[in-house]
Amino acid sequence: MNIFKTTNIALVALRLNKMRSFLTMLGIIIGIASVIVMVSVSSGSKQEIEAQIDRLGSNMLSIRPGTRTMGGRHGGAGTAGPLTEKHIKSLKEEFNFIEGISGSISSSVPIVYGNKNWTTGVIGIHADYIEVRQWVIEDGRNFTEREVRSGGKVALVGQDIIEKLFDGNSPIGARIRIKNVPFTVIGTLEKKGASNWGRSYDDVIFIPISTARMRVSGRSARSVPDIVGNIYLTVNLDRDISIAEEDLAEFLREIRKIAPGAQDDFSIANFSEFIRARNETSSTLGLLLAATAAIALVVGGIGIMNIMLVSVTERTREIGLRLAVGARRKDILTQFLVEAVTLCLIGSLVGVALGVGTGELIKRTIEIPVLLNIPIIFIAISSAAFVGIFFGFYPARKASRMNPIDALRYE
Amino acid sequence: MEKVLIECRSLCKDYDMGAEVIHALKDVSLKIHKGEYVAIMGPSGSGKSTLMNLVGALDVPSRGDLLVNGLDLSRQDSDQLADFRNHTIGFVFQQFNLLARTTALENVRLPLLYSRDNNAGDSTERAVEALERVGLADRMDHETTQLSGGQQQRVAIARALVNRPSVILADEPTGALDTKTSIEILDLFQELNDSGITLMVVTHDPEVAGVSRRNLMFRDGEIIDDLLVGNGAAA
Repeated sequence: MNIFKTTNIALVALRLNKMRSFLTMLGIIIGIASVIVMVSVSSGSKQEIEAQIDRLGSNMLSIRPGTRTMGGRHGGAGTAGPLTEKHIKSLKEEFNFIEGISGSISSSVPIVYGNKNWTTGVIGIHADYIEVRQWVIEDGRNFTEREVRSGGKVALVGQDIIEKLFDGNSPIGARIRIKNVPFTVIGTLEKKGASNWGRSYDDVIFIPISTARMRVSGRSARSVPDIVGNIYLTVNLDRDISIAEEDLAEFLREIRKIAPGAQDDFSIANFSEFIRARNETSSTLGLLLAATAAIALVVGGIGIMNIMLVSVTERTREIGLRLAVGARRKDILTQFLVEAVTLCLIGSLVGVALGVGTGELIKRTIEIPVLLNIPIIFIAISSAAFVGIFFGFYPARKASRMNPIDALRYE
Repeated sequence: MEKVLIECRSLCKDYDMGAEVIHALKDVSLKIHKGEYVAIMGPSGSGKSTLMNLVGALDVPSRGDLLVNGLDLSRQDSDQLADFRNHTIGFVFQQFNLLARTTALENVRLPLLYSRDNNAGDSTERAVEALERVGLADRMDHETTQLSGGQQQRVAIARALVNRPSVILADEPTGALDTKTSIEILDLFQELNDSGITLMVVTHDPEVAGVSRRNLMFRDGEIIDDLLVGNGAAA
């Protein structure tokens, strides 16, 4: 008697009771399918979050001028004294873990090209900005150091601008007017898509920061000759970003002469942390759903045990006969265990198919990000086998412990 | 005289029914030789089926010794008893006890699936051989429900034969059959006995008693009569 023979006996027994076998499997099918759907949906949204972080730059920090407190009243953002080119310079000198650093002065202004006009965000930047914010130059070139320093009237345009003003034609070399100042387009930016706040990243024009200061932004910016707005920087990946954040804060407190214990007059934001925190709730929910699905699997296992117990009772005479013709207790135990495991395995395969199919359907119909997680399929199948052994063991043992003569006489 | 195949010495079997203990067998001593054809008779509850179950190792004695084919059954563990049932005993039951929705051939092969004799050869071949012996080779692919009662019992006999047992134990083998079919089954038993197989048949049927060569009469757990009849008397 070997495992192959036993498996064969078990398969034949299952085939003899097709309908019941199917109903028994149903619990496992639903359990496995829901585990796979839940995990796929939650991996999908996790992947989406990581993609968002990647779009922002996972090693990026931003520094904003903070508020000044006067007599317990907070002023608005930026009231504490601006960030300037000097800050950028000293940060670059102090920390060699800074890979790229750039200011960013943005304003919303009207743009004109030929007889078309559009109002959009125009951002004054240093050349590093492109890399720091993970933009890619599609066509043309980035700004030169000279253009950034000396107020070059050149611009990089996003895909939405190309759509709106140039009807999709290449804008390189074209002259556009930004707040009535003529600029030459020297490059285009690759598409980035929508931000998580629903605004398009691609509705944007970049110009050198010095030009923005002098020609485009409002009065308040012009009052400080070397203002840089916000600072964005990337940290070398070897450096832990939270530690880098602390180092930067300490250094800025020093150069901005903030007394120990006093409130910072700037703020440093770690975007990836921010997004992760914002999405923690949704991943907790995903975990909860997966746990519910796992419970469904356990309930499915109890269903298997229930049916196997009924089956053992119903087939008492068959068990008696098998014992009478020479089956050892172990043979009977193995037969019923193999039956339970086979039910679970077939059920889990059907469940995997159903789960993958449902995941695909969700992706197409309600457009929720769904990521099929291959390891979870193997985990699902092996946990089904475990459920089979665990919940099949008691009925199988009950069958194998029968006294041959009592089993044969059972009515 | 052939060698002793089955030997009971002061064999007892009690059933504890809670309120009272039923003594199903009381001090039964008995020898059955190889090649005998024994009919065991007696009213219901007289202990005849109990004896058969003990000899077939389906149940364990309460007291006394029981040797079958030289093996002391009271000293075997459950695996050894399973192997003993597999290769020494062939059972035939009143209700045939065939597996439903399974072909005659698969039913006959069943004991071979549990056989630990690796030299048994091809199980299908042996099952076909056994079915030929009971005259059902042409029905081997039929499911058991498609067969008549007599044919089903012959499948059961083929199953009992397939592992070449030393003794066939039959419990009311004709009890569920009509007279004509019963005679066919008894003829088959006669043939098997003629070929040297030992037979123990528990029965109410005087026909069976008529063709066997030794009749054991049971009453209240004891043998009250042990008759050699027909050829058996001469042996």
